[in-house]
Amino acid sequence: MNLEEYKGVYVFAQQVDNEISSIAFELLGKAKDLAKDLNTDVTAVLIGSDVKGLADQLAEYGADKVIVVDDPELKDYRTEPYAHALASVINKYKPEIMLVGATAIGRDLGPRVSARVATGLTADCTVLEIGDFPLQAVPGQEQLHNQLLMTRPAFGGNTIATIACPYNRPQMATVRAGVMQKITPIKGAKANVEEFNPGFTPDNKYVEILDIVKSVAETVDIMDAKILVSGGRGVGSPENFKILEDLAEVLGGTVSCSRAVVDSGWKPKDLQVGQTGKTVRPNVYFAIGISGAIQHVAGMEESDIIVAINKDADAPIFDVADYGVVGDLNKIVPKLTEALKAEIAAAKA
Amino acid sequence: MKIVVCVKQVPDTAGGVKFNPDGTLDRGAMLTIMNPDDKAGLEAALRLKDQYDAEVTVVTMGLPKAEEVLREAMAMGADKGVLVTDRVLGGADTWATSTTLAGAIRNLEYDLIITGRQAIDGDTAQVGPQISEHLDIPVISYAQDIKIEGDSVVVERQYEDRYHVVKAKMPCLITALSELNEPRYMTPGGIFDAYKKEITVWGRADLKDVDDANLGLKGSPTKIAKASDKVRKGAGEKVSLDPDESVSYIVDKLKTKHVI
Repeated sequence: MNLEEYKGVYVFAQQVDNEISSIAFELLGKAKDLAKDLNTDVTAVLIGSDVKGLADQLAEYGADKVIVVDDPELKDYRTEPYAHALASVINKYKPEIMLVGATAIGRDLGPRVSARVATGLTADCTVLEIGDFPLQAVPGQEQLHNQLLMTRPAFGGNTIATIACPYNRPQMATVRAGVMQKITPIKGAKANVEEFNPGFTPDNKYVEILDIVKSVAETVDIMDAKILVSGGRGVGSPENFKILEDLAEVLGGTVSCSRAVVDSGWKPKDLQVGQTGKTVRPNVYFAIGISGAIQHVAGMEESDIIVAINKDADAPIFDVADYGVVGDLNKIVPKLTEALKAEIAAAKA
Repeated sequence: MKIVVCVKQVPDTAGGVKFNPDGTLDRGAMLTIMNPDDKAGLEAALRLKDQYDAEVTVVTMGLPKAEEVLREAMAMGADKGVLVTDRVLGGADTWATSTTLAGAIRNLEYDLIITGRQAIDGDTAQVGPQISEHLDIPVISYAQDIKIEGDSVVVERQYEDRYHVVKAKMPCLITALSELNEPRYMTPGGIFDAYKKEITVWGRADLKDVDDANLGLKGSPTKIAKASDKVRKGAGEKVSLDPDESVSYIVDKLKTKHVI
């Protein structure tokens, strides 16, 4: 592998139902930073059926070039035709860096493609930067420059590792949603589009989609919420979550919960924060009646502001809370809701 | 029907995390459990065994002590266990791990391979799809339901806002979500039987069609530049006030931070 042949920062521009996913714009924002450091440009790879019309949006968010792979076989996501499309783009265009969103699509597509093109893949990155490998010069080992350094949490957030892929190309990473910043769109930007079709020949790896069932409930994904009011076993009963829902409503927030609550059958699994649930990073996280086991903390400690209410002054949640209140949630939460209602009404008046 | 289930022995994060000087995990120093998603995958296989009399072979790669998860799997009802262990396989990233497991699975007959979606230590979700690529078979990730229809599997494949009902011809690889099922417990008879069964132990020499250049730490394209315990941000303020004062305190903080 001649590493020098590999140039440019590429982004897999995920679309679902011919609508570009937010993660694609986030990746473009990061790709622009990386490309600046490497003095190269940013290419978006748009894969789907009848998707060419979406290319200009990618230009608005920073893509210098858009490679479009458009084929009826690519209508809904299936591993094989998408992997074939992306691997073929990589083999033909030889990118230095290939970024993929760490979504339910990207975490399937990324590994399949990386194995096909025989390179490394670092999962769920939260920080990407250009630097040296090894980080410090080591006698007897060549220090390589302009490497992609990929930082990711592991062990449910208990550890942080920075990974490089020094001897293979492309350097591939999946990137966690909601972490990288989009640029302010450049209104009216037009994409420099290049169409490419590697040919699609269905075989046994082309699985058949029998049905697509979209979630009917219009519930807010707790990973997207700006304010989360999260309850633990200390809330006491499923009925008592009403006081948390009232608080969430006043603040335009969403209710989430700890594992104990899900295990007790009080709330569904998709509201669970923590190592075996979801990782959230809202602006404000209220931990109410949550003791703060390490598995829970791993899923919420990146929140901007953590407010904890717990009657046990020694609860570990207070070790990560910005504002900890020792007290009875049943007395405090309803009063807090009323007080905030009054404050917000006063601010509007 | 023959089913291969890949399981991993993972550190129980409650027991703390320890590193070797080279930045890789010191797995020997930590308490361990069977990875939860893998256990769900095993349970799915065992249900197919109950229904169709499938033969279930459990494969793990790890230190010799990873035999423990094979014994656990057999006590739950798996028929056979294969431990892939060799010093030259240590320090593997997902590429080298999937290459190793594919090399082991090539020695086995299978209609279905089930892996967990991801392990709670690495959290990558990469090894399952990468094994399928090495074996050139279809993959269905994030399975929340698995059914057999003749020579095919019909799987509910989960996405963020939907699921696809997907049909694939076997052989096929499926990655299982923990919410797929509630794994059964080991039975006393099962535990007794598990210790009577033979475990097959394979080393580097037993792997089929793999190149040394793709194994272990050296064969891993990704290299750890730095690893460390996460620096936690530490405690902020903690107050003990009466309810009304508590409310004023919180409201005041939210105002200062421009939340309201």
